[in-house]
Amino acid sequence: MAGFRWGGGLLAGAMVLLTAVGLIYTPYSPTEINIERRLEAPSLEHPLGTDNYGRDILSRVMVGGRPAFQAGLVAVALGLTIGTLWGAAAGYYRGWLEEILMRMADGLYSLPSVLMALLAVTLLGPGQGSILVAVSLANIPIFARLVRSQFLSLREREFVMALKSFGLPDSRIIFYHILPNCLPTLLVQASVSFAAAVLAEASLSYLGLGTQPPHPSWGRMLKEAQGIAGLAPWAAIFPGLAIALTVFGFNSLGDSLRDYLDPKYR
Amino acid sequence: MYWAKKLASMLFTLLLVSVLTFLALFLLPGDPAMLILGTEADARSLELVRNQLGLDQPITTQYLNWLKGVLQGDFGESYTFSRGYSIAKLVACALHVTIPLAAGAIVLSLAFAIPLGTLAAGRRGGTLDKIILFFAQAGLSIPAFWLGILAIQFFAVYLGWFPPGNMPRWAADPLGAAASLVLPAVVLALPRTAVLTRIVRTAMLETLQEDYIRTARGKGVAESTVIFKHGLSNALIATSTVAGIQLIQLVAGTVVVEQVFSLPGLGRLILSAVLLRDLPLVQGAVFVGTAIVLTVNFLLDCLYPILDPRIKEVW
Repeated sequence: MAGFRWGGGLLAGAMVLLTAVGLIYTPYSPTEINIERRLEAPSLEHPLGTDNYGRDILSRVMVGGRPAFQAGLVAVALGLTIGTLWGAAAGYYRGWLEEILMRMADGLYSLPSVLMALLAVTLLGPGQGSILVAVSLANIPIFARLVRSQFLSLREREFVMALKSFGLPDSRIIFYHILPNCLPTLLVQASVSFAAAVLAEASLSYLGLGTQPPHPSWGRMLKEAQGIAGLAPWAAIFPGLAIALTVFGFNSLGDSLRDYLDPKYR
Repeated sequence: MYWAKKLASMLFTLLLVSVLTFLALFLLPGDPAMLILGTEADARSLELVRNQLGLDQPITTQYLNWLKGVLQGDFGESYTFSRGYSIAKLVACALHVTIPLAAGAIVLSLAFAIPLGTLAAGRRGGTLDKIILFFAQAGLSIPAFWLGILAIQFFAVYLGWFPPGNMPRWAADPLGAAASLVLPAVVLALPRTAVLTRIVRTAMLETLQEDYIRTARGKGVAESTVIFKHGLSNALIATSTVAGIQLIQLVAGTVVVEQVFSLPGLGRLILSAVLLRDLPLVQGAVFVGTAIVLTVNFLLDCLYPILDPRIKEVW
């Protein structure tokens, strides 16, 4: 299976490429309504068919990934930055600070992202902003717990003892010497978290809490396709396939990275 | 001591969640009195409704009054659902759908994940292991609502094996109601099965490296006895420590699955309450959902020391 090792990464890359191309080119306008061509089956003209407003599904799939990828990027960027600082402080300084920080992280961790999104929507109203808040909040405790557990073992290692005895400031030890050792683990988690955020954005858009019409998002497209799934199965199949392939790609990329970076699995 | 500590921690979390939701909803812009009476209402009637709902009192008094009601099973009245339907009644009706749905999904996911995970661990690195891991990865990646939409089309509309929606009341048609929950339970169980399969597999691989397993094999105990009696029973204890978080994820999943299958459950109640900005209903429904999940978690926590006497020593 060596040849398939990076298959997940290739898949993830292909979906990123599709969305990237969608930034500058789509075969048709993703929002323009053309009632005469509604519910057309896949053809050469419309490779993935049209929806009940006659909009080209391929164009909408190419554009509909943007909110999902944005959620993935923001969730990983914020979760990684805040979570790493959080976990590093807890794991390096220990004591009462660790107790407080980790109890808070545990509390946040036990709130499912759907519930967080529902509360965010109650406060901020439906839209991509609420979703970004929810997926970011969901990722902070995940990274915090991960970084803390790494710091707990790394801080006891001899090289850290030695650096401390040289009188190096804590910030230098933390950022220049301990943190680089956590990077492989963080990279794996970033890939898995990205996949989870894509799935979360799609679910929340499906519930009508995210991107509002007429702008397409994969989850929203499925919501709109549900009523016509019998007449136009393609409208329900392709957006879902796009989500599944993206999530599968990034999850598998995480697994490949872990196998590659962790000597235990090689 | 162990139980007391766990009970205290559970009650504390529950209190924290209730304070946070109350605070979040209090900070929300908008006037509930205007929501009820409409924007045309005159100042006097608005004042009257505010007084009736206790909204003119300080937030601490409001919270304590709410908490006092909750302890007596009174969650107040919904802003939007027709009068006479108390929140307690709405939530109770919803639980008749959500509890059997979640329970069914838990049973299904355990019934598949334990044998699959054990099988994969026993064949580590083999073809079967790779196939099971592939399906676990796929199960984790397929959006539940997509699977639900396709399942309704295929099994309910095309094949006609299951009713495609409109769940009947339990009292009126118990068989029909149960049939309506089969597809949703399967869809809800899928991602949890995928995660649990991987967890069981990892726990099993770790357990199989323990000294007592080597001893058992050395004594010449049959391999099936080693795997199931010595290996699996211990691997399951390790697995049960993540059961709580999996349960929370599963309950969260009901929001989406109930929406796909139009089931009148707790998740859908919360979703519509959020979209309608029916704050007391959001508050009450989230509180009950959290309370149930935390109680089940607490019961699981109480089980660990019985399953694994080593845990008691840590505490």
